[in-house]
Amino acid sequence: MVINVTVLDPAAEASGEKGTARARGRRFRVTGSTWWQPALVFVALVGLGYGIAGVFALQGRGFLWPYPHEVLYAAVAEPAAVVQIYPALLNSALVALTGLACAVVLGIGAATVMVQARWIERSFFPYAVILQCLPILAVAPLIGTIFGYNFAGKVVVTLLISLFPMIANTLFGLQAADRAQRELFQLQGASRLTTLVKLQFPAAMPSIFVGLRNAAGLSVIGAIVGDQLLGQGSPGLGTAITVFASRTQGPEAFASILIASLFGIAVFLVFGLLGRLAVGKWFDLG
Amino acid sequence: MTLTASPPTSAGVGAATLLDFSDVAMRFDTGTVALEGVDLTVRRGEFVTVVGPSGCGKSTLLRIASGLETATAGTASVSTKRIGYVFQDATLLPWRTVQRNVELLAELHGESSDERRRKAAAAIELVGLTGFEKNLPKQLSGGMRMRTSLARSLTLDPELFLFDEPFGALDEITRERLNDELLRLFTEQQFAGLFITHSVSEAVYLSTKVVVMSGRPGRIVKAFDVPFPMPRDPDIRYSAEFADLVGEVSHALREGHR
Ligand SMILES: Nc1ncnc2c1ncn2[C@@H]1O[C@H](COP(=O)(O)OP(=O)(O)OP(=O)(O)O)[C@@H](O)[C@H]1O
Ligand SMILES: [Mg+2]
Repeated sequence: MVINVTVLDPAAEASGEKGTARARGRRFRVTGSTWWQPALVFVALVGLGYGIAGVFALQGRGFLWPYPHEVLYAAVAEPAAVVQIYPALLNSALVALTGLACAVVLGIGAATVMVQARWIERSFFPYAVILQCLPILAVAPLIGTIFGYNFAGKVVVTLLISLFPMIANTLFGLQAADRAQRELFQLQGASRLTTLVKLQFPAAMPSIFVGLRNAAGLSVIGAIVGDQLLGQGSPGLGTAITVFASRTQGPEAFASILIASLFGIAVFLVFGLLGRLAVGKWFDLG
Repeated sequence: MTLTASPPTSAGVGAATLLDFSDVAMRFDTGTVALEGVDLTVRRGEFVTVVGPSGCGKSTLLRIASGLETATAGTASVSTKRIGYVFQDATLLPWRTVQRNVELLAELHGESSDERRRKAAAAIELVGLTGFEKNLPKQLSGGMRMRTSLARSLTLDPELFLFDEPFGALDEITRERLNDELLRLFTEQQFAGLFITHSVSEAVYLSTKVVVMSGRPGRIVKAFDVPFPMPRDPDIRYSAEFADLVGEVSHALREGHR
């Protein structure tokens, strides 16, 4: 994972504080050069994986916990596993991205409506919070009945899981413009729409991208959970994991989990990067 | 808009009255009485500065003048729509460059992009920010941000210019430089200025008239005409007459505080 750490503070540059800027840059660079520390942890984790696998093998239950290299082999080279895992990844990605797109549109739309009046926000926001506490396992059968047990149903599960961070972050962002900025618009007689478009939305962008990054991560979870709970239609990673595990195909099951995790991380990183590209120039997304 | 220099005229009884407050009071819903019996006139070519203890209603006075608040008693009449308002902090939009920030007001008034660019370029030149058009606010020093904010208001070609402690957060040297720039703008543009500050010497240096307010509820306790001619000589700050007037205003301020 690459962390962008050597960026100097342009504000300090422009105001002529060269010394401070350099000092700041150096401090960041020192922090950045610690990449080997997580790498060390990774090596330790792989070692731990081998250790546990060794114990399981000694007890004659090696199929329950495969060696890491077996998992890697299943993930990249074993034909029987590969033909199942990657099409499943594609199906899950399709569900996740469709669900995420719906969450983005609905989330931003809902937040925009809520920000129009205090009473609308007060009336509807509690339901957005409830959405977050919804036991998805319990409502899955209901979703299956209404939307079907394949693509549409899985998208709805994904949507329900990833909607809240979109609503909450957009709402927070739309309220981020401070009083003086709002009054600046008010003094020019700017309409509500103009204020929304030229002030509130731009000011909300950093929050919206934080929401998007979180929602994206959750959409992957949603797609996999939805796949496992509804289980029809084109099989995704959730189905792959369940099937391999039920057949006690340890390396294949672990490989599916590994690919699902990597997919989740990749989505999180890509959307994080997207946010930095969009607003990083003027806002430090961290 | 004309950002060209017009010859300085001394404000007299004949000059247009742009702001006229008569017996203005402000009582908020919370019960706080911020202003009481305020009479204040600002004519074209006058630069009036208000000093007063914190919380006495100075910002409220400006907010009434700008139309952000409505007085609860008395009459507050402002006879122009071209009002510049400079807030305590620069209030720039951080995602816009200097150029686009300065263009904002003309943009909100639906002016063409050619017109906007022309006005912004003229205003940016007036405040001495040429060459920084493409910078984002975070790439500017505090003083440069304030200049950007000034330039943004200048695009309105204001007849009445309201300032709410615009230089309060700046260091002494930057503040003095901006004071000189503001005086230059004032002599060139001949607007009517209403300026709020905590610094008595800034008040005396900038204005044609200094108004002292009492603690809450704010009323005007004393007004001083500043006799020094415009354009003002920066060295006036070190003269005995200047020090005397600063002393008198400070004294009135302390009296009103009790
Ligand atoms: N919207 C409001 N509702 C209720 N009270 C208010 C409101 N705005 C201001 N006040 C009160 O009115 C009084 C005057 O406020 P104002 O901001 O005008 O003071 P100020 O002289 O500008 O102070 P400072 O020098 O600290 O900026 C304060 O006591 C403040 O709490
Ligand atoms: Mg104030």
